[in-house]
Amino acid sequence: MEIFVQQLINGLTLGSIYGLIAIGYTMVFGIIGMVNFAHGDVFMVSAFIALICFLLLTTVIGITSIFLALAIVLVVAMFFTSLVNWAIERVAYRPLRGSFRLAPMISAIGMSIFLANFVQVTQGPRNKPVPPMITDVIVLMDSGSYQVTLAWKQVIIMVATAVLLAGFWYLVQKTSLGRAQRACEQDRKMAALLGINVDHTISLTFVIGAALAAVAGVMYLMYYGVANFADGFVPGVKAFTAAVLGGIGSLPGAVLGGLLIGLIETFWSAYFSIEYKDVAAFSILAITLIFMPQGLLGRPEVEKV
Amino acid sequence: MAVQTAETAPAAAKAGDAGSLFAHAFKDALITGLIAIGLLGPLIGFQTIIIDGALGLGYRPGLLAVMVGIIFAGRLLLNLTVWSPNRVPKTRSGPSVFDRLGATVGPGVKPALLAFAAAFPFISFYAMGGWNESRYLIDLGILILTYVMLGWGLNIVVGLAGLLDLGYVAFYAVGAYTYALLATSTPVNEFFAGLLGETFWANWAFWICLPMAGLFAGVWGMILGFPVLRLRGDYLAIVTLAFGEIIRLVLINWVDFTGGGAGIASIPRATFFGIPFNASENGFAALFGLEFNPMHRIVFLYFVILVLALITAFATVRLRRLPVGRAWEALREDEIACRSLGINTTTTKLSAFATGAMFGGFAGCFFAVRAGFVSPESFTFDVSAMILAIVVLGGMGSQIGVAVAAAVMMGGMEMLRNLGFLTQLFGNDFDPSLYRMLIFGFAMVAIMVWKPRGLVSTRDPTIFLKERKSVSGDLVKEGHG
Repeated sequence: MEIFVQQLINGLTLGSIYGLIAIGYTMVFGIIGMVNFAHGDVFMVSAFIALICFLLLTTVIGITSIFLALAIVLVVAMFFTSLVNWAIERVAYRPLRGSFRLAPMISAIGMSIFLANFVQVTQGPRNKPVPPMITDVIVLMDSGSYQVTLAWKQVIIMVATAVLLAGFWYLVQKTSLGRAQRACEQDRKMAALLGINVDHTISLTFVIGAALAAVAGVMYLMYYGVANFADGFVPGVKAFTAAVLGGIGSLPGAVLGGLLIGLIETFWSAYFSIEYKDVAAFSILAITLIFMPQGLLGRPEVEKV
Repeated sequence: MAVQTAETAPAAAKAGDAGSLFAHAFKDALITGLIAIGLLGPLIGFQTIIIDGALGLGYRPGLLAVMVGIIFAGRLLLNLTVWSPNRVPKTRSGPSVFDRLGATVGPGVKPALLAFAAAFPFISFYAMGGWNESRYLIDLGILILTYVMLGWGLNIVVGLAGLLDLGYVAFYAVGAYTYALLATSTPVNEFFAGLLGETFWANWAFWICLPMAGLFAGVWGMILGFPVLRLRGDYLAIVTLAFGEIIRLVLINWVDFTGGGAGIASIPRATFFGIPFNASENGFAALFGLEFNPMHRIVFLYFVILVLALITAFATVRLRRLPVGRAWEALREDEIACRSLGINTTTTKLSAFATGAMFGGFAGCFFAVRAGFVSPESFTFDVSAMILAIVVLGGMGSQIGVAVAAAVMMGGMEMLRNLGFLTQLFGNDFDPSLYRMLIFGFAMVAIMVWKPRGLVSTRDPTIFLKERKSVSGDLVKEGHG
C-alpha cells in the first residue's frame, strides 16, 4: 500500500512534466498537422538554458533565495526557449508549408539532430549535475519500515503544472488569440479570409508550446538535478506518446495522456522491470497508434481527397 | 544557427532609392543580429564546465561575437544582393542545373562510377604503394559502400514507396545479430561438425547466413510492418522509430540471448567461399600462389559489399519495371487514387517494407562479418537518421544521387578528420568528427528548405511512348495519403 501511494505520487510528478511537453506536440499537430519531431530537443535546450541561468544567478550574482532564483530562471528559460522555437519554425518549417507530405517531418528530424548535437558541441557531452535544490519532504505515511514522502519539489511541479494549464486553458478558450488558433485549426484558408494573420498565429503557437516545454525543462532540471544533450529524445518520444494516447489535437487529452504515461512508467518500473520501462512506453505508442489512432479524447480522423 | 529566411522586402524599399534600400537592409540585418544574440547567447556565450565535481561557468564572448558578426554580415550582404527588391527573380520551368548536368553527363556517369568503384582497391594499391599502406583507403571504401547499400535499401521504402521509415537500423541490427548469433552458436557448430567436418561451419557460416540474414530481416519487416502500414505517413514514421528503439532496448536487456550491452565478440571472419584467409596451407594465399597478406581479406570484403550494393541497385531497377514497383511509385504519389484504382495498398506497402528490410539485413550481416563484433551501440537512432539523411540528400528515388550523397557525407567527414589546418585554425582540441551529426542535421533541414526533392530530383517515367523524357521533380506534386 505504501509503495503504491509513493509510486502514485512519483508517477503524477513525472506525468506532469510529460503533459507539459505533450501540449507542445498536440498544439502544433492541431494547427499545422505536423509532428514537431524537434520538440523534445527544444525541451532539452530549455533545460540547458535554465541550467546556465541558474548558475549565473547563484554563483555570479549570488542570489541565495532558491525560490527567487527559480522564478527568475523560469522566466528567462521561457523567453529564450520561445525565441529558439520561434526561429526554428521560421527557418525550418515555414518555407515548407505546401511542400510535399514528408518534407516538414524530415526537416523536423534534421532540426532535432541539429539541436542535440549543437548542445553537445557547445556544452560538452558529459552529464551536468546541479546541486540538489529543495530537499525538504513531507512524510505522509509511516509504517515503520517504509515512509511515504511527498517532496516539496514534487508539490511545486504539480502546482505549477496545474496553474499553467488553467492559464493556458483560459488563453485558448476565452481570448482572441485562442479563437484565432482554433479557427486556423479548422480551416486555415477561411481563417485567413476572415482577417486572421495565420502566420502570426502559427508562430505564437510555437512560442506557447516552447514556453510550456521550458517550464517542463526547469522542472526536470530541478527534479532530477541533471542535464544532458541526449535527454531530449526519450522524454520527447514519451511526451509524443502521451499526446497520441490522449488524442492528438486535444489539449485535455495531452495532459491526461501525460499523467497516464507517467503513472504507467513508474508503476512498470516499480512492479515489473526497470530495464524495460522505455520498451513499455514505446509499445504503448505503437499499440495506441495501431488500434486507437484517435486516442482517448480525440476525434476520429476523416480522410478527405 | 543562421537565421536567414527569405523574407519579402519591406514595401517602403522602392527600387532605385539606394539610400533607403541600404537603410532597410541594414535595419533588417541588425534585427537578425539581435535575434542571433538571443538564440546563441545562452548556449555559445556561456559554457557549463565541471571543475572538481562541481559545476561552474565558462565564458566565450569572443566566439559569440564572431558568430553573430557572421550572421549580421551575411544577412546584410544577402539583403543587398540576392534578396534585394531590385533583383528580378529568375523563373525556371525546365529542369534545374543539377538535373541538366545529370542529363548531359548522365549516360557516361554510371559506367564511369562503376568502373571506378571496381578498380578502387587497385588504384589505392598503386597510389599508396602497397596493400598495407592502402588499408585506410579500402576501409573507407567499405564504409562508404555499406552506407550506399543501406541508402539504396532505404530508398526502396522512402524513395519509391514514400513510406518514411525511421527504424531502418532495426533491420540492419536483425541482419547483424542473425549472423553473429548463428556463427558463434555452439550447437549449430557441433551439428555441422558431426555432419560435414570440423571446420565446415567456421568456413561457410557467412555464406550460409547471408541469405538467411536477409530473409530473416525481411520477415521481421513484415511482422513489424503488418500492423502499422494502415497508418498515415508521419504516424508510420513514429511507430517505426518506436520499433527500432524497442529492438535496440531488447538487444541491450536480453543478456542471456544477445550478450547485452557487451555485445558478441570473435565472430568468424569471412572466407573466400570456404577458403579461409590465413597463412596455413589451405589458406587463400597458399592456394592461389600468393604471398600471405591479411589485406587479401579486406580487399575481398570490399568486393563483397560492392557486389551486394550492386545487387540492391539492380533489384531496385528491375523491380521498378514490375507491376509491384509501379504500384510503389503510384502509392508514393497518391495513396487515395491508388486505392480507388484497386491497388491493395497494404500488400504493396508491405512488399516495399519487406524488400527494404531484406537489403538492410544483408548489409547488417556484412557489417557483423567485417567488424567481427556486434553490440547494440552500433544500432542507435543516429544510424537510422544518417541513412535517411543520405537518401534525402541524394534525392528520394534516385539511385545515383543516393550513392553520391553517401560518398560525400561519409567520405567527406573522414576527409575532414584529416585536414591538419582545421586544428591549427580552431585549436588542438578541435575534433571534426563531433560535428558530423551536426552537419547531417543541418544538411537535412537545408536540403528540405532549398531543394526538397534532393540534389537529383528528376522523375524517370517507367513507361513512355517514343522517347524517355525525365520530368523535373518540381513539377511533380505528391498527393496526401
